[in-house]
Amino acid sequence: MALADLAGKDRQNSFDEHVAADGKVEPKDWMPAAYRKTLVRQISQHAHSEVIGMQPEGNWISRAPSLRRKAILLAKVQDEAGHGLYLYSAAETLGVTRHEMEADLMSGKAKYSSIFNYPTLTWADVGCIGWLVDGAAIINQIPLCRCSYGPYARAMVRICKEESFHQRQGFELMMALAKGTASQKAMAQDALNRWWWPAVMMFGPPDGDSVHSSQNMAWKIKRFSNDELRQKFIDMTVKQCEALGLDIPDPDLKFNAATGHCDIGPIDWDEFWAVVKGHGPCNRQRLEQRNRAHDEGAWVREAATAFAAKERDRQQQRAA
Amino acid sequence: MTASQDWPLYEVFIRSRQGLSHVHAGSLHAADAKMALENARDVYTRRSEGTSIWVVESSAITASAPQDKGELFDPADSKVYRHPTFYEVPDDVECL
Ligand SMILES: [Fe+2]
Ligand SMILES: [Fe+2]
Repeated sequence: MALADLAGKDRQNSFDEHVAADGKVEPKDWMPAAYRKTLVRQISQHAHSEVIGMQPEGNWISRAPSLRRKAILLAKVQDEAGHGLYLYSAAETLGVTRHEMEADLMSGKAKYSSIFNYPTLTWADVGCIGWLVDGAAIINQIPLCRCSYGPYARAMVRICKEESFHQRQGFELMMALAKGTASQKAMAQDALNRWWWPAVMMFGPPDGDSVHSSQNMAWKIKRFSNDELRQKFIDMTVKQCEALGLDIPDPDLKFNAATGHCDIGPIDWDEFWAVVKGHGPCNRQRLEQRNRAHDEGAWVREAATAFAAKERDRQQQRAA
Repeated sequence: MTASQDWPLYEVFIRSRQGLSHVHAGSLHAADAKMALENARDVYTRRSEGTSIWVVESSAITASAPQDKGELFDPADSKVYRHPTFYEVPDDVECL
């Protein structure tokens, strides 16, 4: 083995030991190329999900049923924009540029969470997103606060603090509908019927089919398997449904006394993969809207750039 | 320079309340420092997290290199006499 290879092996070993002992990795530290690549993929996908995730809810801001609900929804959507920003910044510390990430999202090359390719047909869908989608996201994200990569972990701490209001406002909204008139309750049940399975699928493919899992566990990027997190979500949501008086749309759902968990019926993974591959109800619409928003915002970016240049010139003239 | 892709990166530091130091909160891109400050306010202080903000262009920061960590910081490890716990004094003598 050449000397350079030996040094490389040493570096790799000390990195592995450091991470295995729950040590943190910071931007300028040496890291394996594959670790960097995995993080760039995961963090940028996560950022894209926050950004695209604004669309289904943004769709209801102008139609919120009261000023209170409108202010809440605006604040939530604004938070999601912030989450996107924290995450893009974390990804940038790994050497990828904001521009590259944006371009990959807009061209359709980069993925984002499939859940946002489902439509928000009624006001109750806004409740389901907060309660179920943000609820599932919290379960996914809490372990990420201990992720080995420092900037990602720190971004997740901020995000998790803000997410808890998202879930609670969603549950409160569902509660208002579920305890309301018969047609309001029916609307809540209909939304739950449509969001339940996509929410269950948010945790990704079953453990047996999950491609990146074991390496990501070793690298302390992932702490729990997809199925473990999914089970946590199911158990939690079943209890919440009881409080709401709504039914989970799964005839096979039952409590398993032997495991202490709720078992569910089969998940339609064909649907999951179809949506991932671009054939969900809203994939095209989401991408078109992101591109349109970017194009229509071009003049704002140009104006800001021109204004900054003018201010700089003025300052230099004053100094001269 | 016309495109926002050339906007520099700014590091954002927030003082959460009077009496405390500014602490690094995150970073953002902006056309200039004024815009960085305005955006930092919107992104990092929406829940009263701050009473004062600093923004610094990331490129203006000089940082120590990870590979110099040993050289820079290890010498302090052997100087335990810089800590009060190094000294043996009788338990019953007060105000020490
Ligand atoms: Fe979020
Ligand atoms: Fe959220």
